[in-house]
Amino acid sequence: MEHVTFLVVVVIITALAFDFTNGFHDTANAMATSIATGALRPKVAVAISGVLNIVGAFLSVEVAKTISGGIVDDKLVTPPMVFAGLIGAILWNLLTWLFGLPSSSSHALFGGLIGAVWVGAGMRGVHFDTVLQKILIPALASPLIAGFVAMTATYLAYTITARARHESVTSTFRFGQIASASLVSLAHGTNDAQKTMGVITLTLISTGALASGSAPPIWVIAAAGLTIGLGTYLGGWRIIRTMGKGITEIESPQGFAAEASATTVILASSHLGFALSTTQVVSGAILGTGLGRRLAQVRWGLAGRMALAWLLTLPAAAAVGGVAAAVATTGTLGVTIAAVVAIAVSAGLYAASRREPVHAGNVNELPAQPQRVAA
Amino acid sequence: MDIKWAALGQVLVVSLAVSVVVVVVFSLGVLAISARQVAEERHATGTGPLAAAVLCFAACAAVVGYGIYLIVPQFH
Repeated sequence: MEHVTFLVVVVIITALAFDFTNGFHDTANAMATSIATGALRPKVAVAISGVLNIVGAFLSVEVAKTISGGIVDDKLVTPPMVFAGLIGAILWNLLTWLFGLPSSSSHALFGGLIGAVWVGAGMRGVHFDTVLQKILIPALASPLIAGFVAMTATYLAYTITARARHESVTSTFRFGQIASASLVSLAHGTNDAQKTMGVITLTLISTGALASGSAPPIWVIAAAGLTIGLGTYLGGWRIIRTMGKGITEIESPQGFAAEASATTVILASSHLGFALSTTQVVSGAILGTGLGRRLAQVRWGLAGRMALAWLLTLPAAAAVGGVAAAVATTGTLGVTIAAVVAIAVSAGLYAASRREPVHAGNVNELPAQPQRVAA
Repeated sequence: MDIKWAALGQVLVVSLAVSVVVVVVFSLGVLAISARQVAEERHATGTGPLAAAVLCFAACAAVVGYGIYLIVPQFH
């Protein structure tokens, strides 16, 4: 393994750090509504989700063939740029987590890479038409489609079960939620851990440690799977609270309708060739289910802040990625400085989260004045 | 720049159709469960509602099975 340099080790560790934030950022997508309606106890929910993510990581063979999926020119990408892009993605993920805002981890990764490549290799390295097609349009379409589908499904669920007994309705829909939430977790594992495996494998290939076109070594699969599973298990409780309790008050028929709709939209989009963001699909479905139940309140201020976070994800991660690339592409000292600063900022964000911690015990309680500073 | 409107439209139509069918069938199952509980309390036979519930939930389970089939590449 003489090709494994200091830089490669740093890139691998950073990629796994991103994988970890990816896991705890996205637990909410699968489990927020199940936790909110009491279908699953919080700790049980994140444990199921974590295990299914690991299983999914091992099941999928579809490892990312390119680091960015064509959003940047992969021939121009060097390990320091990958490193800088990952830093941009990690810091944005941590910041949105601190504010409890669900935002797409994939978009953060793409944003970080765009910034890093722009600074490192110039504007010609970024394919802006692909950005529009793969990020902007899906970002607009996801919440609209999922929201509309979930709204229709919720309306029908309430209309049909209006005359049934309340207790039977609540408990049966809770049961159904467990199945739909598990499907989302499994789908997540087969998709998201692949991104990290792809990044690590392509970095190893670029330095000659692996032959071109190699499949990821088993330790890469295991590391990426376990890291995303651990991240998922630790649970981004702040985001779970926003999605489960913040957007709208969710009853179990709504939870089921939202999850069934989100699962269908995710699977349909990935098999019909129009990839949508899981985070935005689930958020849209929750919003739609709030609209589909009469008298349910949707907190539009929070929805607005979420939409703002989605819009900012790409440019913000790109800005951080760009700054990191400016430092990291200067050499080993630059990489070290960027890593130290990134660790310090992450520690700062974590420390800030401790002032008002959200955990399994209080995840279903809304803070006293949640949306006072609505956008 | 070409936006795949056809694919996007397909996603909307397929998602809407599948979600509505699953949620409606599941809701009918819920209705049947509730009917069975009411019947039992009146000491009437709840066999009809029970059969209906089993049928509804089996249909939903089949859809979940198809979902797992789609997610796991080894099945393709």
